[in-house]
Amino acid sequence: MAEQKDIDALSGIETTGHEWDGIRELDNPLPAWWLWIWYASIVWSIGYWIAYPAWPLVSSYTKGVLGYSSRAEVATEVSAAKQAQAGFRAKLETASMEQIRTQPDLLEFALAGGRSAFNVNCSQCHGSGAQGFAGYPNLNDDEWLWGGSLDNIRKTITHGVRNTDDEDARTSDMPAFLRDKLLTRPQVADVADYVLKLSGQTHDAPGAGRGAAIFAEQCQACHGETGAGDIEQGAPALNNAIWLYGGDKETIIETVSNSRGGVMPAWGKILDTVTVKQLAVYVHSLGGGR
Amino acid sequence: MNEHPPNPSAEGGLERFDVEPVNKKENRSLYKPRERIHPKRVKGTFRTFKWLVMAVTLGIYYITPWLRWDRGAGAPDQAVLIDFPARRFYFFFIEIWPQEIYYIAGILILAGIGLFLVTSVFGRAWCGYSCPQTVWVDLFLVVERAVEGDRSARIRLDQAPMTSSKAVKRILKHIIWLLIAMLTGGAWVFYYADAPTLAVELVTLSAQPVAYITIAVLTFTTYTLGALMREQVCTYMCPWPRIQGAMMDEESLTVTYRADRGEPRMPYRKGETWDDRGDCIECNACVVSCPMGIDIRDGQQFECITCSLCIDACDDVMRRIDRPRGLIDYDSLANAERRAQGDESAIRFFRPRTLIYFGILTLVGGVMVAAFLTRSDTDINVLHDRNPLFTRLSDGSIRNGYTFKVLNKARVQRTFAITADGIDGVTMGVVGSQNLSGSAPFVTVRPDRVQSFRLLVTAPKESLSEDSHDIRFVLENINTRETATYDSIFRGPK
Repeated sequence: MAEQKDIDALSGIETTGHEWDGIRELDNPLPAWWLWIWYASIVWSIGYWIAYPAWPLVSSYTKGVLGYSSRAEVATEVSAAKQAQAGFRAKLETASMEQIRTQPDLLEFALAGGRSAFNVNCSQCHGSGAQGFAGYPNLNDDEWLWGGSLDNIRKTITHGVRNTDDEDARTSDMPAFLRDKLLTRPQVADVADYVLKLSGQTHDAPGAGRGAAIFAEQCQACHGETGAGDIEQGAPALNNAIWLYGGDKETIIETVSNSRGGVMPAWGKILDTVTVKQLAVYVHSLGGGR
Repeated sequence: MNEHPPNPSAEGGLERFDVEPVNKKENRSLYKPRERIHPKRVKGTFRTFKWLVMAVTLGIYYITPWLRWDRGAGAPDQAVLIDFPARRFYFFFIEIWPQEIYYIAGILILAGIGLFLVTSVFGRAWCGYSCPQTVWVDLFLVVERAVEGDRSARIRLDQAPMTSSKAVKRILKHIIWLLIAMLTGGAWVFYYADAPTLAVELVTLSAQPVAYITIAVLTFTTYTLGALMREQVCTYMCPWPRIQGAMMDEESLTVTYRADRGEPRMPYRKGETWDDRGDCIECNACVVSCPMGIDIRDGQQFECITCSLCIDACDDVMRRIDRPRGLIDYDSLANAERRAQGDESAIRFFRPRTLIYFGILTLVGGVMVAAFLTRSDTDINVLHDRNPLFTRLSDGSIRNGYTFKVLNKARVQRTFAITADGIDGVTMGVVGSQNLSGSAPFVTVRPDRVQSFRLLVTAPKESLSEDSHDIRFVLENINTRETATYDSIFRGPK
């Protein structure tokens, strides 16, 4: 086939034959260095196909002669990390909570592990900063329903709260005073006023006066005479600034009327002992631990 | 071919070269294969100075990693060391942490401004004398000259058919070049590890792969850039010549041909009169000596790196024909103008441009020195907890959490007391200690470490009038009473 070469008159170079608005494209050769790098890349890519996973097949892919797999690499890294942690984990397994707290290297390891376990398992309810939400306790503060010592925290995490899986779960059950017809609506309001008074908030004085007698009869057994609460029974303190569900009168009336009770899983059945210990140390370190 | 074999015509021992410069502007095409440049050997003042600069710069490069500097036990004793694993940069008495990278930035700024100043005064002095490309190309040329002979011998060899003796010369030359390139890369890695240890490891093949890879890469780049590509690097690849144009003005020194003295140029025979002619005898000694392949008599060209070898070549010729030196010399473009108008030539070093560069240089240098003299070997960084912003305690007081990072740059363990100013009645404690309501908790930081602490600060609710208060943390070394401070905030409820 005879081809007519289109030579640009000015430069004397053949054109590609493409023309846009009178502008024609010269068919200059590619720079040699560029071309050779390109060829080298092609050769390299063929080698790469052979050596590494490359082509998708219907239900699989070409594996490559080196047998490389990113999944296997991750598995290696994870097992290496586990290997590196094994010594510390073995120590944590046997150490008492007090030993962990007083040995700086154990403490550091437990805090780091606890922080990551907390983010994975606990932050969904308690918040990533353990700041809590209504009904989910803030773990940074210094009030503990079930005790803030390392052992108490560990026990709470291990067995959980009011769950049905673990017979040792922390349990407390406040009556629903209005729903169960133990108190009348005005009586509940009066008790609420008395609770406001206990916690130093503004309240209706006559109502609080009437509420005091009801409190002594109905509430004192668990919450104590001064409303200080009792961690043995899981009865919260009513005489301070911390409220799990809210400390305004309306919320207190709701709590007294229908009762409250959060649930936490028994983490001892989900996580291993070491992780639970790490979690306890971490939660204890947040500021409220006793 | 623009070059022809030399045509020495003995005129009082003077060679005349019938050449055209390789890089003549009119002959330059974008699609032309490279023509090799064979610079002829030159002797003279500037050549001697360049040997000296080469000896000093190469000396610094090769010897520095082997200098020792005692820093006490536990610290490396290498005077200059970039320790990546430990994240430290050691320079004699200075030890820089990654947190102080601004010192490096400052040094780079100083180097940059210094280069501006030198360029505005002396033109491309950096390119001509101390740029590694120039120094190494010079070194490779020495090898080439030693193996293959000077310019004319090299041109003959280039044109000769391949014989065994040519092959031997070529192979020998490339082997020596590769050795130099390898030693270049080999010296580089010593800056990043203890040199004597690494040297033993390198020889016994037990060094880190990264050391061998670095040496291989630098061998490759040194060989290709310095031995093979040479002047093309300066002409086509290097951005610095393009930037330099912005720093030079008509008063900057540059290598120039004094056309007013040289023209009209014509060959000269001994005994002829110098009337009605210029001093240039068209011997082309300047052209054959040029490593960049230009003819300086064509005027200012961007290829010229002001290496001054043409000055030496021309001065030598002028001496032999009994004419004053300096037909090609350092001069400014303004001087050419002045002479054309019959004025005295003068070198003006003090000009607004140079004074401004000098001012900036002094300023930055002053700031650097001040920063360095007031440098503390303790530093703190305080990060206020973002979640939760604050915690209400049962007695109504408000607690904020902070992460303290304490840098102990000293090589001894130190204990600090932390206090807080700005809010009345605050108590605090470090997480991990039992007492969270002390007044000035202590933290102990291991030598040469950054350590993190969580600090919990509690303020009585009476002290808080707004939802955000300024708070200043003071870290006091309990032995030396030196302090470091950090301003942060304390958050509370609205």
